[in-house]
Amino acid sequence: MQYALLIYGDEGGWDALADDERGAVYSAYGALNNDLREQGKLVAGEELQSIATATTVRVRDEEALVSDGPFAETKEALGGFYLIEAETLDEAIEWASRIPSAKTGTIEIRPVVDHSGTGT
Amino acid sequence: MQDAFVKAAERWPRDGTPASPGAWIVTTARNAAIDRIRREQTLAHKTELLARIAELPDDEEAVIPDERLELIFACCHPALAADAQVALTLSLVGGLTTPEIARAFIVPEPTLAQRLVRAKRKIRDAGIPLRVPPEHLLPERLRTVFAAVYLVFNAGYGPPVRLELCAEGIRLALLLATLMPDEAEAHGLHALLLLQDARRDARVSDGRIVLLDDQDRSAWDWPEIEQGRAALERGLALRMPGPYQLQAAIAALHAEETTDWRQISLLYGRLAELTPSPVVDLNRAVAVSMSEGLEEGLALMDAIERLDGYYLLHSARADLLRRLGRTGESSAAYARALELAPSDVERDFLRGRLAELEA
Repeated sequence: MQYALLIYGDEGGWDALADDERGAVYSAYGALNNDLREQGKLVAGEELQSIATATTVRVRDEEALVSDGPFAETKEALGGFYLIEAETLDEAIEWASRIPSAKTGTIEIRPVVDHSGTGT
Repeated sequence: MQDAFVKAAERWPRDGTPASPGAWIVTTARNAAIDRIRREQTLAHKTELLARIAELPDDEEAVIPDERLELIFACCHPALAADAQVALTLSLVGGLTTPEIARAFIVPEPTLAQRLVRAKRKIRDAGIPLRVPPEHLLPERLRTVFAAVYLVFNAGYGPPVRLELCAEGIRLALLLATLMPDEAEAHGLHALLLLQDARRDARVSDGRIVLLDDQDRSAWDWPEIEQGRAALERGLALRMPGPYQLQAAIAALHAEETTDWRQISLLYGRLAELTPSPVVDLNRAVAVSMSEGLEEGLALMDAIERLDGYYLLHSARADLLRRLGRTGESSAAYARALELAPSDVERDFLRGRLAELEA
């Protein structure tokens, strides 16, 4: 199965880190990425730019309504994601627990809909 | 006689051992014998295990016994909501029907049916595995399983009592203890439920709560108490103490001829270390009031924080104040308890106490 691991965190906390602290987090991410890749689990994974760069678009009556910022204001913002292969939810939970930001933020684990075999 | 429980306590992280004259737990010698037998029994043990599983009432032929354990772990997966875990366990492992479970939890049947469907769908779609978790996940997952089984029993313990839930909780605990004989806490949970269940009928009389001290001991189910003690011994023999064994030990002490309040307060102290909670502190304070003195108990009670909304705190305080002759404070505490009491049975009890006090 594939699982999306959505990484939510408080951007203020991230910005407040010193350079060496941030470097430590990045190298922890690097180690995780290596393990995921070596075990053939990594489908995709990216860090997102700050929520200040976010744009929302909705199409109503065939008109695109574009606005600044996210649709919903929450303290914890989506800051990145992984898409991984895992046998079970337990395996996905174990990978999610290893995401460095899990220590400070929240990881939402979402199974991906499998459209193979349905032709859709 | 050396208390086997004290022996077990040696493994605990904190020093100090509860002294226990008139030991009710197995002797150390017997423990050692059990250990030896356990080692020698590989084949014999498995044969006995199979026999015990066969003895379990099996009104749910649909479920293969070998898979029941895996099923419990799937039903009690922490990714499912607690109420869904309990309902699912009752449905898939216990074989209760949806109307039966809905009635037991006083939930409209469609609501419960929907909860079950949603939980089953999540097991399938989210990839919750049907397996006994690997060693490194086991302690955490077992906690969830034990909690769900305890909730099943507790929902039946009332008041009002719902017998089928009590019986189902005990049966699930027996199943866990039988299928995972090396998990001390499985035996502890089984023992705790048996010991509590044995006092079920004496707890309420004419719709009124009867306190432990005032209970008619002849109304206790003594064979069940013996079963509970035996289950506790099986757990203690494994030398891995835990909160369920501690609570079972306390329950077993309450079933003794004379209650050893000193030992009980020590056990509550241990319990507070393992699972800190203001409710445990309250119980400990009550035990201390019986063993050390009313003033000491009251002092501990007054030091408890975060429990002001709990009617039993006020009712227990009221009782101590009454016995200390501080009538005014006592009736104020009873009045506060009365405001907070969750059911008519409890309110009737408190009104009775208040009336006695003012008479």
